[in-house]
Amino acid sequence: MSIQTRTHVKAAEATNPQAAAAPAAKMVARDVKVFYGAKQALKGINIDILENKVLALIGPSGCGKSTFLRCLNRMNDTIDNCRVEGLISLDGEDVYGRRIDAVQLRARVGMVFQKPNPFPKSIYDNIVYGPRIHGLASHRDEMDEIVETSLKRAGLWNEVKDRLREPGTGLSGGQQQRLCIARAIAVSPEVILMDEPCSALDPIATAHIEELIDELRENYTIVIVTHNMQQAARVSQKTAFFHLGDMVECDDTEEIFTNPRDERTQGYITGRYG
Amino acid sequence: MQITVLLLVLVGLTAAGYYMGRASAVRAVGGRIAALHSVPAYYGVYVALWAGLPAFLLFLVWGASENWIVMQMVLGALPQNMTDGSEQSLSLLKADILNIAAGISTGREPDPVVLAAAERYNMLRALGDWMLLAIGSALAVAGLSYARGRIAPDLRARNLVERVINVFLVGCSLVAILTTAGIVLSLVFEAMRFFTVYPIFDFLFGLQWSPQTAIRADQVGSSGSFGAVPLFAGTLLITLIAMLVAVPVGLMSAIYMSEYAPPRVRATMKPVLEILAGIPTVVYGFFAALTMAPFVRRLGESMGMSVSSESALAAGFVMGIMIIPFVSSLSDDVINSVPQSLRDGSYGLGATRSETIRQVVLPAALPGIVAAVMLAISRAIGETMIVTMAAGLAANLTANPLQAVTTVTTQIATLLVGDQEFDSPKTLSAFGLGLVLFVVTLSLNMIALRVVQKYREKYD
Repeated sequence: MSIQTRTHVKAAEATNPQAAAAPAAKMVARDVKVFYGAKQALKGINIDILENKVLALIGPSGCGKSTFLRCLNRMNDTIDNCRVEGLISLDGEDVYGRRIDAVQLRARVGMVFQKPNPFPKSIYDNIVYGPRIHGLASHRDEMDEIVETSLKRAGLWNEVKDRLREPGTGLSGGQQQRLCIARAIAVSPEVILMDEPCSALDPIATAHIEELIDELRENYTIVIVTHNMQQAARVSQKTAFFHLGDMVECDDTEEIFTNPRDERTQGYITGRYG
Repeated sequence: MQITVLLLVLVGLTAAGYYMGRASAVRAVGGRIAALHSVPAYYGVYVALWAGLPAFLLFLVWGASENWIVMQMVLGALPQNMTDGSEQSLSLLKADILNIAAGISTGREPDPVVLAAAERYNMLRALGDWMLLAIGSALAVAGLSYARGRIAPDLRARNLVERVINVFLVGCSLVAILTTAGIVLSLVFEAMRFFTVYPIFDFLFGLQWSPQTAIRADQVGSSGSFGAVPLFAGTLLITLIAMLVAVPVGLMSAIYMSEYAPPRVRATMKPVLEILAGIPTVVYGFFAALTMAPFVRRLGESMGMSVSSESALAAGFVMGIMIIPFVSSLSDDVINSVPQSLRDGSYGLGATRSETIRQVVLPAALPGIVAAVMLAISRAIGETMIVTMAAGLAANLTANPLQAVTTVTTQIATLLVGDQEFDSPKTLSAFGLGLVLFVVTLSLNMIALRVVQKYREKYD
């Protein structure tokens, strides 16, 4: 990112009253553009992600919401020929800057994926994987404690406490996804990104996860991508609508669903396209 | 001559049958193809099969049994006293008849009765060929007209044709299986003959291998000793050295290619490595014998060790190099098939690339890597040429990689090179060794397959 863009962003922030009125922003995105090779996937996104709130990203397939989500913890770095421009900051620190390494960033901004992807290890080892590589726990007792608290927070403890040594891949889909959430919680991130976490699950498992998201909000800031309008309405406080690489509007969830300002938003949430 | 004509007739009738079948199917529904049960081409194939197949089967059966039938007829016409003798004199008589019939001189004045028999043999064969032509053509024409008559809009031509194709496919796969079974059986029977001459216990656990046997009774020479332990030990030693070279190098290069290399590097490196796998092992063999072995010896001497000019180390090292592409290519495929979602999951938790590879990717790929190593081992065990050229033939029982050793396959090769008596223990011992080798590689392959199967379905 060039210095010129940076000053430009600063100026925009100063004149933008909305940004000034949101002091509790955990993460801030300003004029974020993403290119895959020559193709532009995001065309300048500005969003404030508020602390201890759930932000839902909605929009038709291919609109760039997952791309944006993956910018927040630099998962796009693993994709060749992907280029990110603009400013994304976490607690005021540029995440693409020199002082933060992608590896450290991802420990602070965890991620849960569309398809449950437990490692081919035991449930216990799945949870302690993150703490171990980050040196958060060295003793057996500490690990046991992390496993217990993480699984409890993810609402999975009672179901698996007697089979912690069994492979995580042996759980049901919904349990696997909660295991993945527990795994993300175990490294005590500040922000959790969820990329359509319920799209591979049945309605009961989905209800479980939604409840969980609501509880997790107390301790974490959450960004969730979803194709399910009801889900966005149920779990989020803020909703952002993406369309063709643009963010069309971002507001309180209630506002978006009852009184959308843009007619594209209205068209999408009422099911006219997308 | 007649046979060529018959085959040409069959080809012609089959082709004609195809077009006639197709045409009459279309005619049967007045051009409305949708009213047919099958696509018109299937009716064509149906008629063609009826025209060609029965006659062709007759041809095969006749070809397989013609000599036998004709010979029985010839022998039956001979005077009783000539065919009554022992089995050996009978087969001698048969050979005489066949030789004279083919115009080959037997080296002595032929018996007029035999001469007449040979003439009769030739005559019967010619007659048989003419009959084959006549019957075959008739069968083909009959088949064609029968099938043509059966064509109707509701004839299930596709199902019938597919059934024939099904049988054909089964036959093809049986060929491979039956051949293998035949080879295994002959191996087993010959090995059993060896074990009647030489006790199996001494063979498997004896420490002395010197397969030289005296040919004449008065000859000075060893009586032959077939304790195979030195060979097993040599095979094990060389395989171990080869694996120590191939597995680390192959695995590391696979990790580089699948995880670190930019796509363009990978696209060139992988084919190049696979070309290495295409080098004939003989070429590796003289590289081992002429370059590697002297190098190892000089190196050893400069460090004050005595190294024989043919050493297990040289052979094992070159064999390891030969196997590298095998290990790396298979492992690379396995590592690539670890789902990206697992890597993402690990990166998403803040793991570095090397942590992800060591703790997530490799454990997930482990079953496949194990299978690759197993296959590589059975390749190393079966490798002959490099060892023959670089490690020598001396059956030393040693664990010292600087000495000459020999392997099972090398011994099999040397035992069967040159003129052999097929019933001497020396020759038969090769079958014993072959059987052991077969059992070992078969079990390794089965373990490898089992490992792969057991863990494969996890991610799909």
